[in-house]
This record gives sequence, C-alpha cells and structure tokens, in this order.
Amino acid sequence: MKLYCLSGHPTLPCNVLKFKSTTIMLDCGLDMTSTLNFLPLPLVQSPRLSNLPGWSLKDGNAFLDKTELIDLSTVDVILISNYHCMMALPYITEHTGFTGTVYATEPSVQIGRLLMEELVNFIERVPKAQSASLWKNKDIQRLLPSPLKDAVEVSTWRRCYTMQEVNSALSKIQLVGYSQKIELFGAVQVTPLSSGYALGSSNWSIQSHYEKVSYVSGSSLLTTHPQPMDQASLKNSDVLILTGLTQIPTANPDSMVGEFCSNLSLTVRNGGNVLVPCYPSGVIYDLLECLYQYIDSAGLSSIPFYFISPVANSSLEFSQIFAEWLCHNKQTKVYLPEPPFPHAELIQTNKLKHYPSIHGDFSNDFRQPCVVFTGHPSLRFGDVVHFMELWGKSSLNTVIFTEPDFSYLEALAPYQPLAMKCIYCPIDTRLNFIQVSKLLKEVQPLHVVCPEQYTQPPPAQSHRIDLMIDCQPPAMSYRRAEVLALPFKRRYEKIEIMPELADSLVPMEIKPGVSLATVSAVLHTKDNKHILQPPPRPAQPTGGKKRKRASDDIPDCKVLKPLLSGSIPVEQFVQTLEKHGFSDIKVEDTAKGHIVLLQEAETLIQIEEDSTHIICDNDEMLRVRLRDLVLKFLQKF
Amino acid sequence: MDPECSRLLPALCAVLADPRQPVADDTCLEKLLDWFTAVTEAGSSLLLLQENPCLVELLFHVLKSQDLSSRILSFSLRLAGIFAAQENCFQYLQQGELLPMLFGEVGPLGGAAWTAPAVRSGWIQGLRTLAQHPSALHFLAACGAVDTIFSLQGDPSLFVASAAGQLLVHILDLAMRGPAEGRRSLQACDWPACAQKIVGHIEDSLCSTAIPQVTQALSVLTTAFGHCHGLWTQGLWVRLSPLVARLLEKDPVPASHSLVDLLLSVARSAPSSDRGLWETLAQTLSHLSPTQAGPLALGILKLQDCPQVLRTQAFGILLQPLACVLEAAAQAPGPPGLLEGAAGDSMTVDTLLSSKSACVGLLCCALAHLGLLQPLPQRPSPWPQAPLLGAAVTILRLCSGSAAPTSDVGGRLCAILVGCGRVQRAALDFLGALSQGTGPQELVTQVFSVLLEYLVSPESSSMVLKKAFQATLRWLLSSPKTPGCCDLDPHTQLFLTELLPVLQKRLCSPCWEVRDSGLEFLTQMTRHWGGQAGFRQALLASEVPELTKQLLRDPESYVRASAVTATGQLSSWGLCASPECPGAQQESLLVELLHILSTDSEGFPRRAVMQVFTEWLRDGHADVAEDAERFVAGVLQAASRDLDWEVRAQGLELALVFLEQLLGQRGSHCPYAEALPETAPPGVLAQALQVLCRVQLFEFAFRALFDCDRPVAQKSCDLLLFLRAKAAPCGGPQEAGDSPNVASVEATLQRWQAGEQGQPLGYLEPGAVVALLRSVDLEGLRDTLAESSDHVEKSPQSLLQDMLAAVGVLGENEADCY
Repeated sequence: MKLYCLSGHPTLPCNVLKFKSTTIMLDCGLDMTSTLNFLPLPLVQSPRLSNLPGWSLKDGNAFLDKTELIDLSTVDVILISNYHCMMALPYITEHTGFTGTVYATEPSVQIGRLLMEELVNFIERVPKAQSASLWKNKDIQRLLPSPLKDAVEVSTWRRCYTMQEVNSALSKIQLVGYSQKIELFGAVQVTPLSSGYALGSSNWSIQSHYEKVSYVSGSSLLTTHPQPMDQASLKNSDVLILTGLTQIPTANPDSMVGEFCSNLSLTVRNGGNVLVPCYPSGVIYDLLECLYQYIDSAGLSSIPFYFISPVANSSLEFSQIFAEWLCHNKQTKVYLPEPPFPHAELIQTNKLKHYPSIHGDFSNDFRQPCVVFTGHPSLRFGDVVHFMELWGKSSLNTVIFTEPDFSYLEALAPYQPLAMKCIYCPIDTRLNFIQVSKLLKEVQPLHVVCPEQYTQPPPAQSHRIDLMIDCQPPAMSYRRAEVLALPFKRRYEKIEIMPELADSLVPMEIKPGVSLATVSAVLHTKDNKHILQPPPRPAQPTGGKKRKRASDDIPDCKVLKPLLSGSIPVEQFVQTLEKHGFSDIKVEDTAKGHIVLLQEAETLIQIEEDSTHIICDNDEMLRVRLRDLVLKFLQKF
Repeated sequence: MDPECSRLLPALCAVLADPRQPVADDTCLEKLLDWFTAVTEAGSSLLLLQENPCLVELLFHVLKSQDLSSRILSFSLRLAGIFAAQENCFQYLQQGELLPMLFGEVGPLGGAAWTAPAVRSGWIQGLRTLAQHPSALHFLAACGAVDTIFSLQGDPSLFVASAAGQLLVHILDLAMRGPAEGRRSLQACDWPACAQKIVGHIEDSLCSTAIPQVTQALSVLTTAFGHCHGLWTQGLWVRLSPLVARLLEKDPVPASHSLVDLLLSVARSAPSSDRGLWETLAQTLSHLSPTQAGPLALGILKLQDCPQVLRTQAFGILLQPLACVLEAAAQAPGPPGLLEGAAGDSMTVDTLLSSKSACVGLLCCALAHLGLLQPLPQRPSPWPQAPLLGAAVTILRLCSGSAAPTSDVGGRLCAILVGCGRVQRAALDFLGALSQGTGPQELVTQVFSVLLEYLVSPESSSMVLKKAFQATLRWLLSSPKTPGCCDLDPHTQLFLTELLPVLQKRLCSPCWEVRDSGLEFLTQMTRHWGGQAGFRQALLASEVPELTKQLLRDPESYVRASAVTATGQLSSWGLCASPECPGAQQESLLVELLHILSTDSEGFPRRAVMQVFTEWLRDGHADVAEDAERFVAGVLQAASRDLDWEVRAQGLELALVFLEQLLGQRGSHCPYAEALPETAPPGVLAQALQVLCRVQLFEFAFRALFDCDRPVAQKSCDLLLFLRAKAAPCGGPQEAGDSPNVASVEATLQRWQAGEQGQPLGYLEPGAVVALLRSVDLEGLRDTLAESSDHVEKSPQSLLQDMLAAVGVLGENEADCY
C-alpha cells in the first residue's frame, strides 16, 4: 500500500493511494498562490498599473500543477472531499489521459462548478492581447526581479482552463450521498462521510474486508451551516490520512467574526466603505448570518450590503436548496417552511443586493457608505480589483480579509501605497490542533499520516509546540513528490465458500468455540472476489484431445493424510509409556518443549509446540508403536 | 408569654401532634423555635412548661405516635433541647423520663424515623442546645449518646456530619470548662471521663488508615481550636501534636486540606512562643505538595507573630511557581533565583508540567494568594515588586502565545498555558494589584505593552478583556505625574494614543459585555483625567466620544446604561462637544437623555440617566445651570411617572440637591441628628418656595411620600422634614389667620395614602405648601416607615394564628372537595 504525495500544500491536498489493486486519487486542490506573482487584471483600464515600468502585463495567469510522479492516466477514481479541493480537476481529467470516475457529493459539484465558473469568467473577461512564456526559460527567469526569479518550477505553471474543459471535467463526476457505499472493482469500498466543513464536504472511508484507511480532509467541529462531522465512522482505521486543518491555528473563528463585525461597524459608523474579498460560497454564508443578527443592534440597518460575483445569485440560491446537507437547525427550518439561511430575508428587505459584476445594474444602485463582498481573495482578478483601485486612497475605507488562502500583505503589494485600512480576520473553521488531538483520542487510528507541516510548530512560532499533531505512535509525515509506504501489511483476504461445498464440510470442534475442517476446492478469482468451488469429479480417462486438455486444468486431488491437532501432556504421556512397558524414562525440559528419553530403547521423543519427532535407530516397529501412542493424544480430522 | 399566646398554644400543640394535619411550611416551625428560644431566654422554662402542660404532652405524644412526619419529630427534639437547656427544667423533664425516651436508644434513634436526615439533625441540634450544664454531661454519658455522635460524623448527610463534629467540640468544651478548669492540670489523665472518651476517639481516628476518619478528627480539632479558648486546648495540642506530626510522615500526606486548616487554627490560637508548633508548620510546608502548601503558606504569612524564618519559607513557597515560570521563560540564563531564595524547585516544575489542570490550579492559586497578600501591612518585606511584575507579564505572554521561551520547560509551559482564560484572569487581577507599587521604567513599559496586547487581541474573551481594562485603569491612574507639571507623562501620553483606537474598536464589538466594559473603562478614565490637557486632546481627536453617543441607542440595556453614564461624564468635562458647534451638541445630549428617561423600556438606562442628571445639577453643569428650573421640572415630571422605584428615589435625590442649592446645605448629614433649626432668611425662602412650586417639586414629593416602595417614601419624608425645618419661621402664627384653605389638598393626599393616586394635586401656592407641611404628621410617618414592613406580621401571636389558620383552611378545602 503506497501513498503518492502530489501536493505540498496541506490544505489543498492531492494524494494518490494505491490500495489492493486500485489507484485512488484523494482530492485535487489547486494552489493558486503563484498568481500573487502577477499584476492584477483590472476591469477598467488602470493608468497606474499600465504605466508601471518593465516587466508588466505580458502574461496570462498560470497555476501550479502536479509533478510527474505517477502516470495520472492510471488513476482509477478521484474522491473529492470539498469544492475547494477539486479546482484542479480539469487539468487532470482533460490533459492526462484519465479515464476513471470522479466521486463527489452534489453540493460539492454544484458549488465547485460555481467557483470554477467564477474563476474562468474573471480571467476571460479581460482577455490579453499577447502572452509571453519565454521568460519561463531558466536562463531568463534568473535575470528577472525578485520574487519572480525565486519562484520554483515555473515551467509547470499553466494557463487557466476554459469553461468547455470545466464542463467536460464535471461530466465525469458521479454524485454520491453521505454514507453511501461504493464498490470499486470489488476490491475496496469507499464511503463519503460528513465532515462538517462546507456544504457537501466529506471525509472518505476506504475499506477492504480487513483493512480500513480513513481520509480526513477539511473537517470542522464548529456549529456552522453544514451537517456536523461524522466522527464515529472513522473509528477502527488502520491508517488515517489527515489533511486540511485550519491554516490559522492561532485564530479562533468566533473571535475573528467578532473582530470582523467590530471593524466593519467602526468603519461604517465613520462613513467609510468596507471591502471583503471572498469566495462566492462558504464562509460568506456564515458572515451574512452574523451580520443579519448584528446589523440592527449596531445601527447599520441603513447600510447596503453588496455581493458581486458572476455566480452570486446561484450561490445564494443553491445554498437554500441543499437542505439535506445542512445542520439540523437549518434542516428543521425547511419544514416550517422557511429559507434555511437568513440571507433570504436580507435580500427581501433590500439590505443585501447581489450583482453579477460592477457593470450594469450595480452602477445605478451603488450608494456609499456600503459593504461589498466580492472576489477574488487574491486581489489579482475579479471585481475586487476595481474596488481596491477605487477605495484604496481613503483612510476612511477598510478592506477586511477573511479568507486565509493568501498572504494579505502579498495580496496588497501591487496596490501600495495604500491609505485604506487593512484588517486581517482570517476565518478558517477547519480543525485546529486541540480538536485534532481530541479527535484522534476518540477515533484511535493505528497510524496517522499527515503533511510534514503538521508535525512541527509553524516556522514563525517555533516555540508553540501546541501547534502540531501530538499522537502516539508519532504521525508519519509526507512532503510533495514523496512516495510513502503505508505502515501496515495486509494479512487476510475474504474468501466465499459455495453452499454445496460448505455442505460437504465436517467441522470438528478442537476446543470450545473453535472447529476445523479440511477443504479441498478450486479457488476461483474474478473482479477481486475469491470463491471456493467444489472440485470437479476426477476426470474419466478418455482418449479425446479436448478431454485431455480439460483434465490438465483439474488439479490433482490426492487423498490427503488426516491433519493432527492438540498438544501432548508430558506427564500423562510418560504414564502411558510406562503402562505399555517402557521403563527407565527420563524427561528433559528444553527451550521449545520436552525430550522424553527412553534410555533402555535408546530412543528420543522430542515434543515441541508444532512438531513431534521420534528418533530411534532402525526399529520401525518401535517407532510405529511410539507413534501410535503419541497419536492417541492428538485429534485427527 | 402573653395570655393570648397561652390561649392559642394548646390548639397549636394539638395540630402539631395530629398526623392528619400536616404543617405546610417548614419556616413556621423554625419561627416557632426562635420564639421559644426567646421566651426561655427571658424567663424560666420550668414555669413555662408548668403553665402550659400541653407542651410536655406534645413531646410525649410525639414519642407515642408512629406516623408523625419527620419534620415534627425533628422539631420536637429541638424543642425539648431548648427547654432542657435550663438545669431545673432538665431535672423536671428527667423525672418524667422524657429525655432518655427522646434522645436515648429507645427513642427515634432505634426507629424507622432515624433514616430521615431531618430527624438525625434535630437529634443533634436538640442535644447541642441541651448540653449546657453538668447534669447534661451525665445524661449524655448515661444514654450513650457520645457513641452515636461518633458514628454520625460519617453521616451521608453533610449537614448532619458537620453538626455532629461541632457537637463533639461543644461537649468537650463543656466537660473541660467546668468549675475545676483553673486547677486542672494539663495532664490528660485527670480529665473527665467524657472528655477522655472523645479525645481517645480523636486519637484513634488520627491513627486510622481511612482518610475520611482522619479528616473527621482533623475538622473536629480545627473547630475546637477555632472556637474554644480555654487553657485546656493547649493541653489537647500537647497531647495530640505527635499524632498530627506523624501524619506528615506519610506520603502522600492524608487529608492535607483539613490538616492545613487545623494547623492554621492552632497557630492563630496558640501563644507565639510555642516552638514545637512552628517546627510542625515548617515541617508541613516542606512535606506538602506545592498545590497543598499554598493555602498554608498564605495563612502563615497572615499571622501576626510568627518567626521570620518560617515567614521566609512560606513566602518562598508562594513565590516558587512564579520563579519557575520566570526561569523557564528566561531568554538567556539570567541571574539564578531572581526571586530571592525561591529558585524554582524541581517538585514545583513537575507539578506545573504534570497536567494542564495542575498547572492552571497552581498558578491561579499562587497569583491569588500573592494578590491577597499584596495590600496587607504584614506582607513580607522587602516585597519583590520587580520580579513579581516580571512574572505576571511573563505569564500573560505565555498565555497569549507571544512569549517565545527557548528552554524546554518554557516551551511546554507555553503549550499548556496558551489561551487559558483562567490564568489570564488571575494574572490580570494580580497585575492590577501590583499597580500599587512602583517598578523600574523598563518593566512598567512591558506592563503597558502586555496590557495593550490583551486589549487588542481578538482572542481575549469578554471576561479577560474586562480584567484587562480594570488592570489598565489601575496602572494608568498610578502612573507618575511629571514633576512640576500637572499633565500626563510622555509614556502615558504615548500609551493613550495607542489605546484609544483599541477602545474605539471594542465599543463596536458584537459582544455586549465588551462594549459595556469598554464604556465603564472610559467613564472611569474620564472621571479621573477629564481635566488633563493631554487626555482631552487625545480623546477629542478620536472617534470615541461620537461612538459613545451612538451607544445610547444600543439594543442591550446594560450597555445603554453604561453609555448614559459615560456620555454624562464626558459632557461634564466638556468632552462630548464637537468643536464646531458646542451648544447644539450639548443641547441635543440633554434632550436625548430626557428621551431615554421617559421612553426606555428597561430600568438600568433610566436609573443611569437620573444619576447623571443629579451629578450634573450638583456640579453645576453648564447646560443645566442655564435654566435649572426648567431642567428640574422636566426631570421630576418624567421620574414621577416611572415604574422603577430606584428612579423615583433618585428623583428625590435630585430634588434634594436642588433644594440645597436654593436653601443651603442640610444641617447635618447624620440621619439620627435632628435637623438644626438653621432656617433660611424669609426673603430667600419665599423666593425658593415660589421656584419649588413652579417645578412642581411638592407634587412629586408628596406622591413619593405615599409611595408603595418604602425607601422612596422614607426619602421623601426626610426631604419634606428638611424643607419644613428650613421653612419654620415662614408662615408663623401671624399668618395663621389667613391660612389658605388646604382642606381639599389634604383630602387628595388622604386618597393618595389610601392608594388612589390618579388625581393630581394641582398647582400649590407657597402658603398652602407651608400649611400642608405643618398639618401632615411627618414625624409619625417617619416612625412608621422606620419599622420594617412586616413588623405587624412578625409577632408570635400572629405566627400562631397563621399556623392555625393555615391548617383550618386546609381542612375547609378538604371538606369542599367532597
């Protein structure tokens, strides 16, 4: 059993597990931090950006892809744990010869599609006249200014995929529901389990009859909108692969939401605007819910909230229809019937308005001061670029970063100097290390495998030994481009016995609760299922050629000697020997058992746990006699 | 006992003895016992029993009756104890063999009723009251009660167990106190048998291997040394101290909490020359684990006379956890033993690292103990202020994760403490307490920076923030003033510029507790520094005043109340006004507060408004002084309609301030002294009365006089009495003739008194007011109001009547049912 680690990013994992005869890819996250090396793509021509000297505006955006560690066309299935971890799917399904199936829950697919659609839309609506790729040549890259010249493996950076590729990739997905058991080639069974992090987010249990691997990726124990995490089904795992923990272990999401509200309110009270760069789904639902409870009390009811994204409308509406994937509280609302999320009411009362982009209706309705939620959190593309340019000059305005995926300082770099206030309130509801240690105590896997980042404190806080996974035995760590042999051996395989064969068996109880029987059968293996069938009758010897070939296939069915079981109680054995006329018997204890010495007959009987030897010179009669005495103590079957 | 009660008593006894008529209310029985205690204290019990034979009959009946409730049984046992406390009455009851039947083995003790804890408790309390004289001791010995008490020490009911222990001490004290006490030697052999028995039992328990037994013995001894002051206690200690010392040899020390209590109790009562005791204490300190030794060390340091060596040892124990923290967190190996003589020892380090709960417990205790010690005159000297400051700062940094210890121990401590709210709160409290002393500037800078870190951090919980605000305030107020200059020192000024943005953010917090503590902090700071130019400048440059004003409309009533207080305080110092149009701003604040007073649905903001207004009037706030009359009229009108009595009472306070401003101070602030006849000059008075009539102060005061809430009425009564004293000469006899007709007004007042307050008083002439003040019996009212509201209902007679009536009513209902 091997694990090929294709991603070094702990929250955007991509691993391939070879288990029995299957090749399973676990997630395919897309690390987009390389976009921070590029200039923003403005919606409105920005004189400031276009007049920058030198190396600007020459290339489209590109993304980091996987290394050639494994032939991706051999991957049988891809298991998706949440919509953030499927963003690289088109690169894999469309360009590697992949012919397998992708499994994901419906919300993951639908919201994943929205995220991809938004991404493609952001990139495609500002087409480039020209693109450059020569600079990726190592000799040229070396000459470029920092940080570009230090960027690693730029040759693997790719252009953004197209909508066509997205559609094609998504068509390969098969929808699954929580706790649904999916057979893969009869070899293993995979099951998605609720992970509590996002709508439709799942952990996966991958089991054979005697082994179980659990894949935990992006889970949360907090009470937010999704269904709570299913911990019980992760129990009894041989190996637990643990990825997608919180990226900001020192920031408690509750405090961050408080901080978010405080800063938002402070800015708006002073007549400033608030910009929240965000993804179109996920934490934004919870933020809107908090604001729904908070705005009236903070006297913000007159302040408009704008949500601008090509997929804003779909995102808000999708969230309301996935009732079965929501937490219990929200599920019960559906039966009232009420919309599960309060943002419906915000929209109804015109407090929250959503637009596909800044063009069109938005420019008519726009009124300040206001709060704008828009993408992309990297600040490199999307409508957020426009607002940064628009509001960056005033110290009354505030940009509040809530997504932890990008370094906010790097994201802000091209906008400097900036007068606007910047607040960093990363809200990451995924597991923190305290929760992980509780989870591991509860679930008790035999082995834990995780990215190497989790096995040591963060480099900036090397003294915080509480910010790492602490378990026994210590977790096995992996890094990008590493192949890990998972630490367990498969020892058993399940075999089915045909009923008629089972009927013919005569079990014999050798000790209470344990019965044995010998079986002679043909082992038939197909689709990773093993079946014992009754042996064919011994072939009648015939002269026909065909027959002969058939008899070649039939294994020799010799009459087998009976098998023996049991142990020989030495004292009783000696008494029996004495009864049968042997005298002068000595017993010696050895490391493995006993030696019974018949001095008169110059014979040794070695009794060990799994063998008994009678050593006598050339006296077959004596040997047979002794053998029969020994056999009296043993059971035959 | 008055005859009426005597008349009612037989009926009551009959009710009590009747199992079919359950007494509904336990408190009645308690009151009854209180009453009997009072009666027997005032006179002879024997006489009481002879005059009221029904009482003894009740006791006999209780013994015979099988199906009485455990309450009545318990009551009877206690009642018998009260009677038998007097020796002659004891003899009387003994003649009838009543006492052995009640308290001996033939009584409830052997019966089924004994399973009820109330009965066991009644039995103990009865004996406790009874055991007042030598005859009682003989009785106890004869009926074998002491053995029963021994067994009750381990009773499953904690109340019973504790009472049993106390009873033992009481009996021991009674036995030892006797007439022979002075002559009695400290040798145990000639102690009375009863005492011998009890002490023997304690000795056995101390030697027992069962920890509960040891604990019982120790707590009995603790009570004995705490409550008994006879010479014999010294003898007892001489006899038992070797056994106590032997407990210390065990590992772990059994019942350490109780042992600490005992030792401290002995130390408080023993003469300071007792060297053996000090040695035992020293030995105990070194034997107990760091967590157990903390309370003992604190107790030792609080003792008045105690050898210096022991004090040093005890102080060292309190300091040890902090020394360990300092040592572990030191960036480089610093000078060893920063806290003199208290280098972190390995045992303390082991405790700190053993588990999170042990670490948190030990640190919190150490911080709390040192915080308690800090303000005491007998605190150790020299007081290591600087290392303690350093330790508090370090602990806070470890808790916030901002410390970066390099040592292994430091790293593990950090992992344990990070985010631990309990330690944060304890350390902030301690840091606040340390603000009373000084420290090197460098450390003080660190203190402010760690406080700021906590105030800024989003991870600080609301409770931690509150403590951080409190500690900050204490440090700010204790920060030194620049010599020769009344303004803030530069460090403080710098800190303020960093603090105010944080305060701004906190005032916008979604958590109301945070907004509330932010406002409280602002109020306190303004109260002390409102006049400091540096503070004023910084505050006016920030958005804090504006945000504070916005919080007047907060959805949470506590926050609104705090916002009212804060804006009131800001406005008093002229800090509410924006520089452009000062007048308009102020005006609107007054209007806004009045609006809150008349419309807010919660009491707290309205009370806060009244307090602010009173303060404004007293301090001569500019906008109030402009037209005080209109202001007072408006406020009183709003307050008089208020449903909250505290608002109305505060309204009277404001009225009084107004009165004093018109007529001069009250003669004496002592409520018991008669108001001095220091009358106002007639001219001033007439004018003042005119004003008071115009603002309708009298309508307000008279309404309040008949207020259904007693404090309001009392306050109003005082106010009117004051006014009458001032107005005495005005309207003397010469005006008696043309005294205005106040009959209709009096009639209205009578209706008010009867509870019909609908009708207004209408406009009153000053003359009518004076006449009214004279005609109303204010003194009489004051005396009535001074009585507690249940003075009528509290008489024993009414108690008896009530109990009988309750049973009667119950009976009637029963009849109705069929």
